[in-house]
Amino acid sequence: MRRYLSVAGGLSWRLLHTLVTNPLLFLPPMLMPIFFFTAFAGGLSAIGNAPGFDYAPGYTSFIFAFVLCQSAAFGGVFSGFSIAADFQFGFGRRLLLATPHRTALILGYGIVAMIRAFVTLTAVTLIALAVGMNLEGGGLDIFGMYGLAAIINVTGLLFAAGIALRFRSLQATPLMQVPVFLFLFLAPVYVPRQLLGGWVHAVAPFNPATHVMETVRDLIAGTGSEYLATLGIVAALLAATFAFAITGLRRAEAAG
Amino acid sequence: MEAAAVDAPIAPKRWRPSIWTQVPELARRSIMRTVRQPAAIIPATVFPLILLAINSVGLKSATSLPGFPTNSYVTFALAFAFIQAGVFAVIGTGQNLAEDNQGGFFNRLQLTPVHPAALVAGQLAGTLTVGLLQAVIYISVGLLAGAHIEAGLGGVFVLVALAIAISLAFGSVGLAVGMRVDAPEKVQSMFPLLFVFLFLSSMSLPRNLIQTDWFREIATYNPVSYMVEGLRSLLITGWDPEALALGFGCALGILALGLTFASLGLKERMART
Repeated sequence: MRRYLSVAGGLSWRLLHTLVTNPLLFLPPMLMPIFFFTAFAGGLSAIGNAPGFDYAPGYTSFIFAFVLCQSAAFGGVFSGFSIAADFQFGFGRRLLLATPHRTALILGYGIVAMIRAFVTLTAVTLIALAVGMNLEGGGLDIFGMYGLAAIINVTGLLFAAGIALRFRSLQATPLMQVPVFLFLFLAPVYVPRQLLGGWVHAVAPFNPATHVMETVRDLIAGTGSEYLATLGIVAALLAATFAFAITGLRRAEAAG
Repeated sequence: MEAAAVDAPIAPKRWRPSIWTQVPELARRSIMRTVRQPAAIIPATVFPLILLAINSVGLKSATSLPGFPTNSYVTFALAFAFIQAGVFAVIGTGQNLAEDNQGGFFNRLQLTPVHPAALVAGQLAGTLTVGLLQAVIYISVGLLAGAHIEAGLGGVFVLVALAIAISLAFGSVGLAVGMRVDAPEKVQSMFPLLFVFLFLSSMSLPRNLIQTDWFREIATYNPVSYMVEGLRSLLITGWDPEALALGFGCALGILALGLTFASLGLKERMART
């Protein structure tokens, strides 16, 4: 167990060092959710006055739920980029040779994904509070909200890891980003579900991101939510992406 | 004295093809190189369409706001697809140029009597081709999705002209950046910065409906707002000379600035080698 944690810790330390010494790798992904929040909460606030829009805490809080999911998911996805880069340039193969328990590698990347998401979420939350976001939920609601974000972060990382370990090339980065981006945008991003029209209204109920965003909005409003049902959905997603990442790791091992 | 002057060796006259011969050659290279990169063209064309499809449904309720200029959000949002494509033009043009720098193409070109203006104009030919292709695709898809063009058939031609001007304007920014960097990844890192310009504009709502004061203020000073509004005027209002003049003016202004900085960058690069 000690050796396992030592591998994960060593790898995450190396990745963190790379990120800190290359701000160009770290800053743009961190700034993206802030830009989205600023643009949507600032530019679209009039949507809060549209007939049928009845979210009590206001439009800034409504959009925050989307940005929370985005920051968490992409914190994981961007760490998947590091896996792809390491394998493309040969470092991943050396890691496989040097590590007895190879799932420790995924844990190492996961620690960095968590740290990235933590930094981004802290920045986004502080900005949201500064521009007037209403957090009407209690301490337990807020804990539940960030707990969901943490699970989404790990799910995002495991999905991206599955892709990265299968393709072992940075050229696969669109395959990591685009599905997550579509998942997020095929949910009620700008307006509640009942105001969505057309095909997105038909697709949204089957999208796990819809349930996560709605639960986060309920937690922000402190109105009670279907938390356990949403937790079940994300746990199932987590299990599926875990299996995807592990099979990806086996393929990378088989490729040598 | 006279005999010495007669005997002095005469330097051979350096033959230099005219700029009109050089531009088409470099343009052909740029166009061929662009069309041979479907992995770059397809996402740059399809991504704005995906966002159009999502936003036109997700933000449809905005049309019920008092003062919203149309009851079709597809028509309203269509203009933004052209601008998004422009951002991809920055990245595409800049990256191609950075690859030329990295691969030593510029160094080899400097051994030839190439005119700097031909080099810059030739590089933009690929951008122009993609811009034209995207304009035609966006107008066709928009019309199929239910958008309408208030300015009619004549408006379609002006829409295409403005879309190309915008693509060239953004492409010239890509040239200016690409001229100063030696790695394509450095051009990619500009992407979030460009997104700021896009988002802090009147892309999602008309400026008079933006409620947040600081946001409306920034959108008013952001040239992207005027380019979007120029395109949107043809789709929603019909013929609005003021909106069109501002749209073309901003696009051509950015093009002039981009070309100036690209030329300065080129001079600097030539001097270094």
